Amino acid sequence: MIATEVIQERGQIPPATEELSKERIAYLERLVSQARTAAAVFTQFTQEDVDRIVKPMVLAGLEQAQHLARLAVEETGMGVMEDKFLKNMVATEFVYNYIKDKRTVGVIREIPERNLVEIAEPIGVIFALTPITNPTSTVLFKCIMAIKTRNAVIFSPHPKAWSCCYEAVRIMNETAVKHGAPEGVFTCLEAHTLQDNAYLMRHKDVGLIDATGGPSAVKAAYSSGKPALGVGAGNTPVYLEKSADIDTAVVDIIISKTFDNGTICASEQTVVIDDEIYDRVLEKFAELGSHICNHKETKLLERTVIDPQTGFMQPKAVGQKATDIARLIGLHVKPHTKLLVAPIQGVGRQHPLSVEKLCPVLAVYRAKSTDEALKVCVDVNHAGGLGHTAVVFSRNDEVIRKFGEVLNAGRIIVNSPGSVGALGGVYNDLIPTFSFGCGTGGGNSTTDNVNIYHYLNIKRVARRTQAHMWYRVPNQIYFNMNAVENLRQFQSHSTIIVTNPPLERIGHVDIVRRYLSPETHVHVSVIPDAEPEMKVVMQGVETLNFYKADQIIALGGGSVIDAAKIMKLKYESPEADLDELAAPFLDLRKRVIEYPTGKVHRARLIAIPTTSGTGSEVTPFAVLTDKERGRKVTLADYSLSPDVAIVDPQFVMSMPKGLTADTGIDCLTHGLEAAVSTYASAYTDSNAMQAIRMTFKYLPIAFEHPQDEEARCMMHNASCIAALAFSNASVGVSHALAHAFGAHFGVAHGRANALMLPHVMAYNAAVPTKFMPSPYQKGYIAHKKYATVADLLGLGGQNVEEKVKHLIAATEQLLDRLGFPRSIAELGISKEAFELAVPELARIAFDDPSWRSNPRMPLMSELEELLWKAYQGRGVTGLANADPQQVA
Amino acid sequence: MATVAVWLNIEEERIVAALQEAGEKLDGASGEVVLDFLSVRRIDSSALRAIEALAVIADKKSVKVVLRGVNVNVYKVLKLVKLARRFSFTA
Repeated sequence: MIATEVIQERGQIPPATEELSKERIAYLERLVSQARTAAAVFTQFTQEDVDRIVKPMVLAGLEQAQHLARLAVEETGMGVMEDKFLKNMVATEFVYNYIKDKRTVGVIREIPERNLVEIAEPIGVIFALTPITNPTSTVLFKCIMAIKTRNAVIFSPHPKAWSCCYEAVRIMNETAVKHGAPEGVFTCLEAHTLQDNAYLMRHKDVGLIDATGGPSAVKAAYSSGKPALGVGAGNTPVYLEKSADIDTAVVDIIISKTFDNGTICASEQTVVIDDEIYDRVLEKFAELGSHICNHKETKLLERTVIDPQTGFMQPKAVGQKATDIARLIGLHVKPHTKLLVAPIQGVGRQHPLSVEKLCPVLAVYRAKSTDEALKVCVDVNHAGGLGHTAVVFSRNDEVIRKFGEVLNAGRIIVNSPGSVGALGGVYNDLIPTFSFGCGTGGGNSTTDNVNIYHYLNIKRVARRTQAHMWYRVPNQIYFNMNAVENLRQFQSHSTIIVTNPPLERIGHVDIVRRYLSPETHVHVSVIPDAEPEMKVVMQGVETLNFYKADQIIALGGGSVIDAAKIMKLKYESPEADLDELAAPFLDLRKRVIEYPTGKVHRARLIAIPTTSGTGSEVTPFAVLTDKERGRKVTLADYSLSPDVAIVDPQFVMSMPKGLTADTGIDCLTHGLEAAVSTYASAYTDSNAMQAIRMTFKYLPIAFEHPQDEEARCMMHNASCIAALAFSNASVGVSHALAHAFGAHFGVAHGRANALMLPHVMAYNAAVPTKFMPSPYQKGYIAHKKYATVADLLGLGGQNVEEKVKHLIAATEQLLDRLGFPRSIAELGISKEAFELAVPELARIAFDDPSWRSNPRMPLMSELEELLWKAYQGRGVTGLANADPQQVA
Repeated sequence: MATVAVWLNIEEERIVAALQEAGEKLDGASGEVVLDFLSVRRIDSSALRAIEALAVIADKKSVKVVLRGVNVNVYKVLKLVKLARRFSFTA
């Protein structure tokens, strides 16, 4: 936007007080104080107050548009009065049209669906630099924006445009104050120097610098340490592509490039023209009053328009008429020549006319292909125009899209004049402006057309949202004795029963077969009785493919059902990458990885559990052992949940006592951890509480009287119900520790949980060292939830603390009754071995997603402490006064 | 508890004059001077100048001036022009 001279005058930022006299400093302080007072008073104004002032200011600007345009041309010797008149009109009328209905005071926007309210806060005092090229229009524009946003402005006009700017500021100030604006809302620096600017740019009471000018002025503003809008130079490339409407394009370019003698920084600088239309385009330029320079004329023009030393524009050419520039080089052109068109062969210092020329001199380049044209445009863009404006004329959408992608410009103007187009509101719907943000390419903080919102601090009032929760369970759950009969209703041509050897041996598979239709082809896939391995799963997938299975029946404990879940996943989505699907996450619904969806549903998964604890028949989780890499892969997604669960206690009647206890405690841990989870809801609570109640009552009976059908049935249902709770509320620290500890020392999952659970309950019931952030809960409630459980179990207690103690005591007593070892030491693990393992166990537990919904956020040191408590065992409460069998 | 030497109601319509009068009453005041701003909804630049002048006089005469019932908008203005720190405030 600005000539070398201007850069020299305004480009440096000297030390703030260098060469400033005391009197000068006092003068500058007075200006700031006046503006600060005005801005402070302004904060009390309402939207209506502000709007009452803006309109008469706009009208005053319109009335004085010609007067100010004349002053600007006379003072600067640049540009065209008629065009400056139009600029003043645009700066007032068009800007007003955009801002008149906009809210800029108080609440400016409400977004109820996001519980957000935006409130405008004025900036205060703005220090505004205005350019020589668009002096009065920029002043009018900034004054109107400032009043609309309740800010005071100290103007520092370009020294060679000071008088016209001063007059514009005076008109705006008088009109504003007359209509109620605070006194001193606009002031204009008098006879100022670079030192004045530096002093004000660094002044503590200046809130924002709005510098419209050349790169050095912008840099000075940004270097001041103050928030700044620095909007500066351009070098607009134009691609005139072969499909373009040549007549329209040439007229638009002439309109733009000759507008105010080319002083708008968005005006066209180099037009890159496809070879096929190059000659026709140049003929059209000539026909419409342009002079096409020959090689010799172009060379002369280069020296006259561009300073060979600096490579920048010669100030004497800025804003001059084409005929006057021609005269400078001794070139005889027709009297009304509008534009000097100079062919160039490249971009850069060897081709001086390829840089910004704020005058009616236009470089043109003949391109052999679209590819070459785009590259030359990029070169021009990088020769001083990054982030500013680029123009394309084309009817080819693909070319326009590509142009938009490769050019770094805040404004990509299509099939219209660059300068007037970039101003906005005339040829397009860009926001009307006189300051073009050039993004980081131009050293600016924005690519926007600077507007009222850049003169505001926008505060966002964010109310707490009621977080959306969920409760997802399988479609069908059949339960109680002989529920397996419900298999009859499911049609299938090919069913694979996934199970393990002992279950086949004791006849469970035969029971299942009995309820499958005779037409169904049934294949039994027997897998090892252990946590599923990748190899086993992939063999299962081969079987599913071989038999083209449309139904999978998982008959077994958690391992079998988990294996079947993963087989189904790989069967239906062979491309699924299990490593990727097992990626860590914090919130299931927001995680990075997406499970395959929208696939054809090839097989129904029916889960029939043969243990009462894991609840895998309804959960969205599956664990796989990757022996080759010595690790476990935990998958979690609701798409893994079985379609049907059949919870039939006949399959657990023969469960051994140890397994009954282990799985039963797993069930209790699911319930207790889900109850205090940060994801707990009224839905999951109903499941968790019921499962806890049933477990306390029936687990001891099932353990001591394995043939008690009612107890077996209730425990089987409790397991499923607890799983419904933790499928949605997840688990907690006990599970995280149990996973790490169990895997390291080969201890069964339920047994590991039994060692951790009482200590974790006491830990969760205490005031956390670190609270777990959770939008789902208000306040810390874990201890109260435990107390609710205690009440439900009828454990007594006068207050929350007592009730928690009673619950932990009841849990400990249950563990004793089931014969669990009550310390890790009792397992025969030496203290030395344990001590060695603890840091690693804590680290693994911390990586475990299980604790992400624990009410208390565990610190690594706390995990270690809990492990040690589990090692030492007993004595969490010292109370053991609750009898689980007395539970209601 | 400090003695209240002077209690003046400041009316928005004649705020500048009222503040000037308050300035005059600082002479010989032994104790706090309370200026009641309850009826002031908004202040302008001239009122701010008058408040600043009052602060200067109060400093010179070592008199504590308490502004009572200043609404939050006016209080914010006083903060922005750094005058708030020169007064005490009471509800």
